[in-house]
Amino acid sequence: MAELTYRDAVAAGIAQEMERDDSVVCLGEDIAAAGGVFKATVGLLEKFGPLRVRDTPIAEQAILGAAMGAAMTGLRPIAEIMFSDFLAVCWDLVANEIAKTRYMTNGQISLPLVIRTGNGGGSRFGAQHSQSVENWAMAIPGLKVVAPSTPADVKGLLAAAIRDPDPVMFFEHKALYATKGEVPDGEHVDTLGTAAIRRQGSDLTIAALGLMVPRALEAADKLQAEHGISATVIDVRSLVPLDTQTIFAAVSKTGRFYTVEENPRLCGWGAEISSLVAEELFWDLDAPIVRITTPHVPLPAADRLEDLTIPSARRIVETILKTID
Amino acid sequence: MSIERSTTTRKRSEPPEDMVLATEQTAAGLRPRINDDIDATTRLALYRSQFEIRVVEKRAYDLFLQNLIKGTSHLAIGQEAIAAGFGVSMKPGDWSFCTYRGHAHTLARGASMTGVLGELMGRECGLMGGKGGSMHLTDIDKGVMGSYAIIGAHLPIAMGAAWSAQYRGTDQVAVCFFGDGTTNIGAFHEALSMASVWKLPVVFVCENNLYMEYTPISAVTPVKYPAADRAAAYGLERILIDGNDADEVYRTAKSAIARARAGAGPSLIEALTYRHHGHSRADPAKYRPTEEVEAWMKRDPIPFYRQRLIDLGVAEPTILAMEEEITRAVDEATETAKASKPPGDELIYKDVWANGGWAWRN
Repeated sequence: MAELTYRDAVAAGIAQEMERDDSVVCLGEDIAAAGGVFKATVGLLEKFGPLRVRDTPIAEQAILGAAMGAAMTGLRPIAEIMFSDFLAVCWDLVANEIAKTRYMTNGQISLPLVIRTGNGGGSRFGAQHSQSVENWAMAIPGLKVVAPSTPADVKGLLAAAIRDPDPVMFFEHKALYATKGEVPDGEHVDTLGTAAIRRQGSDLTIAALGLMVPRALEAADKLQAEHGISATVIDVRSLVPLDTQTIFAAVSKTGRFYTVEENPRLCGWGAEISSLVAEELFWDLDAPIVRITTPHVPLPAADRLEDLTIPSARRIVETILKTID
Repeated sequence: MSIERSTTTRKRSEPPEDMVLATEQTAAGLRPRINDDIDATTRLALYRSQFEIRVVEKRAYDLFLQNLIKGTSHLAIGQEAIAAGFGVSMKPGDWSFCTYRGHAHTLARGASMTGVLGELMGRECGLMGGKGGSMHLTDIDKGVMGSYAIIGAHLPIAMGAAWSAQYRGTDQVAVCFFGDGTTNIGAFHEALSMASVWKLPVVFVCENNLYMEYTPISAVTPVKYPAADRAAAYGLERILIDGNDADEVYRTAKSAIARARAGAGPSLIEALTYRHHGHSRADPAKYRPTEEVEAWMKRDPIPFYRQRLIDLGVAEPTILAMEEEITRAVDEATETAKASKPPGDELIYKDVWANGGWAWRN
């Protein structure tokens, strides 16, 4: 095991796959010579050269179009959309083209590609560089949606996404890039569509994603230490495919279910999981499901306001205490 | 290859002088101006492709009236010479990227007429089993890498395929067809720009039929020739051609494809043409001046090219035999498609993912 930062794990995952497969190529704004604005692709240009690691103009439709055209003709491109907010300027490619082409062509066209993007808030960038938009992608049939919370998962899930024959939206959390964690030595490939139980508890289950995972864990520790409440924390990791079995097993055991979501309230990923739990596990529940989300507002920039807007460990603790009687 | 046109004021919708001249020469029985470089076999192939597209498109129109084709459809009647000129120039392995007005380009690559008509009719025998419909014809075995119905989307995609050819060191070329209206959307600019910077083997073909849907392109475009006049912005040669003359299209296509194959980068070609029908099934095209329609109907690419074949010494019975053979084949394809079953219900859940399924949870 080696300790890597979340951002170094991105480059490590890409390098691992580029070494074994010549068809893997990368493109995006500032990803090559500059190593990425978040420094997540440092060293790739030096290692694999300018034909495989390409800087593009500021042209998100060109980036995703190029990735799609390359994927349908034999390559496995990894496209970077610098900030996930920018997906909105190339959403046609994501929602209408990449997601639907296999289906519309009756399976004639395969699109083994990965769209990596810096997602989420906490960086005081304001409302257009801070959104959590994984729920946008989740709403579209034909896209796999992954959002890792640890360096090990970054490497393992990214490798799995690159090897996957379908298009994968890979949401990296900007506020996690500097975090560190143990990453298995040697080749590391995880499995898409699997959730991870980060903490076992007996009183309630919290499902979280991305930056909300460490916050849920911090909250769970506080609940245990200060209130004697024992929480299971599930890192959902993959919204599509969704590992309902792991979530259901935990909820059945604890009888109480909370989601912690960074996306604004309406149609957040937790709403879908909550509806599944309500439909299929209703009689196992001891209390109403509670969703803890960013309120339905654009994100403010000032540190004090942003911190109050995105769910914090404190808000998670307070909400749980209020609802657990 | 670049044809400079006079920039003197002329009513926008009139065909350029050269094009009128070419027609008049032919009508007068004179030998058309440039005709020594295309062999007879190629010329017959160009006519065959144009005629086949015309008959299939007319058949599609009839099938609409019989309510056997539902939804919408965008016919290329009047624009066949461009699809044919490129189709005959491309090699197996080259890629076509088409628009929602893509029946013509799909047929021009040799896709089955039964497959095309079956897809339009929503039958099991359709190219995509009925899952795509008229606006998304795809036949990858013939190099037809899809028909794209969101204006501009496929320009970056074609550029990406060309990137893949360049990276893998094959000599494949991507050809991307689009209308004049596409030149005003952002994806056009993004694709042209990156293709030129990366010197990719892609040929962008703007079929300027003078109308973006229901509006004259001149009313919404700051330059006279929406693609050609913008080529310089991407460091590309200005190429403006008569899109109703299959020979001219063929020559231009050969040259641009050869340039792409040789690694010299992309081309942007503007081919002037005219659709005989409205934008789509719903459009009777009443917004077009009668004189304009009449002028362009005289320039119908198919009788024009037929006359050229005769002028060049092809016996009329040879042409008639070809026409009859094609019409028979379209009749047969129509009957086969009509007899084909509707798609099975299981198709709804097929091929969302590469494993053939649609599961989003365990």
